[in-house]
Amino acid sequence: MSDPVLIQSQPDVDTPFEEAESTPTRRVFLGVAATAGLCYVGAIGYPIYRYLASPAEMAASESAVREVTLDKAQTLPLASALMFHFGSSPAMLIHGADDSWVAFSAVCTHLGCTVKFEPELNRIHCSCHGGVYDPHTGKNVSGPPPKPLKAYKVAVGATNVVVSRA
Amino acid sequence: MAGPIYKWFDERLGLTEIVALARHKRIPVHSQSFWYYWGGISLFLFLIQIFTGILLLVYYRPGSEAFESVRQITYVMHFGWLIRSAHSWCANLFIFTILVHMFSVYFMKAYRSPREVGWLTGIALLFLAAMFGFSGYLLPMDELSYYATKVGLQIPATIPFMGAFTTTILRGGTEVSDFTVQRFFALHVVILPLLFIPLLSLHLYMVQKHGNAVPPSEEAKPIAARKSIPFFPNFFQKDLAMWLISLNVLALLASIFPWDLGKQADSLVPAPAGIHPEWYFMAPFHMLKILGNFLPGATGEVVGILLFTIGLAIWVIIPFYDGENKAGVRGRNAHYFGLFAVAALIVTTALGYWGIR
Repeated sequence: MSDPVLIQSQPDVDTPFEEAESTPTRRVFLGVAATAGLCYVGAIGYPIYRYLASPAEMAASESAVREVTLDKAQTLPLASALMFHFGSSPAMLIHGADDSWVAFSAVCTHLGCTVKFEPELNRIHCSCHGGVYDPHTGKNVSGPPPKPLKAYKVAVGATNVVVSRA
Repeated sequence: MAGPIYKWFDERLGLTEIVALARHKRIPVHSQSFWYYWGGISLFLFLIQIFTGILLLVYYRPGSEAFESVRQITYVMHFGWLIRSAHSWCANLFIFTILVHMFSVYFMKAYRSPREVGWLTGIALLFLAAMFGFSGYLLPMDELSYYATKVGLQIPATIPFMGAFTTTILRGGTEVSDFTVQRFFALHVVILPLLFIPLLSLHLYMVQKHGNAVPPSEEAKPIAARKSIPFFPNFFQKDLAMWLISLNVLALLASIFPWDLGKQADSLVPAPAGIHPEWYFMAPFHMLKILGNFLPGATGEVVGILLFTIGLAIWVIIPFYDGENKAGVRGRNAHYFGLFAVAALIVTTALGYWGIR
């Protein structure tokens, strides 16, 4: 009652002209289909890739920053640090107890955690896995970090501090 | 394809049974076979909505930052405008396709026994699709979204007894606000999909179980005179071709007529001139307006709602009225009611738009 059961199969109902023109071989058909398929995948995939990669591309252009001006940072007390963004990544400006000024990237070279300046222990420390850096040179002195912290150039002015790429 | 890998999966998943089922499936061929595509096209467009919706979800922020996040998607993220356009256009095409599907099912009388569950699940799916459209429309929180939602929420408010309460819960207060956006977001992205997908699965299972219905004119023919083609690969190939055409249509519409973003919603700014709900709500909206004006005052409104509800109810329970496979009075009445419904929808939609000139 629900589906009509057919006695003979009729696959040719909708190809009445097959005698008149040569039909493509399976190989040709698959080739055309695959090429068209690839074109569609590309036409759809490319915009989606660019869309999803937008923040990464934006960050890349942001990280093309060459210098950052920190207003009033010259008033930073001795033996203290100021955290700031250099482009899109964290950085630290350190005014040492001996009146030295240094700036480093605050991204731990081990697995990327943000490091901390500990003046009382005279070190830069990463709490994630216990990495330790020298607060004057940024050199990795202990723990898992494989490389020193990236150092920046510091220019202390009357009203600000300018940190720029070394 | 009887390699060792196939055999491994077959032993565990029962693939051969499924393949056997697929081999047996046949699609009737007759003058109305064209309408068989529209359910599949609806499904395809729904899948596109899930896909583009997930992409939008990557950058969309519900609540107070809704407008800003949609602004970023549309004007900052690479090709965000295209993905958003595709989603908006596809929503409209999806509802249009479902309506074509529903009316073709109705006029072919494919709601008749044993396909009543297919019909009922289909109606429920239509309602959910309308809710998808309504909830999604608010999410950008531009002026159009805000006022269309404000106006649209008048429809549930007309429900007697439950109306005001339901509307307040939906709205998250007495005014459309950030709370409303977040509720509609939860509806649109989680609640409605969780309801839609199982219902859709049941709906599709019903089609597999009972096969495609044939119109009464075809049923009158003896079985030997009825033609059909195998689903796989013959109909499947045509099905895919229709899907490809739909994809192309969507791509052209989305790229040539990209969806705009209006100004941010501000309740202090008066409603823009000519504000109206999306086309698929125009008909019920205008119908309620017309029916509510037959008789004056509150009685008029109640009578209007009643008539509207009765009309909907008849539509939903039509399989129980016209359930038998015989040509007769009921079959003819159902057919005329269907024509009336289509005419009413088209006329009230047109009137609604004409009213805002």
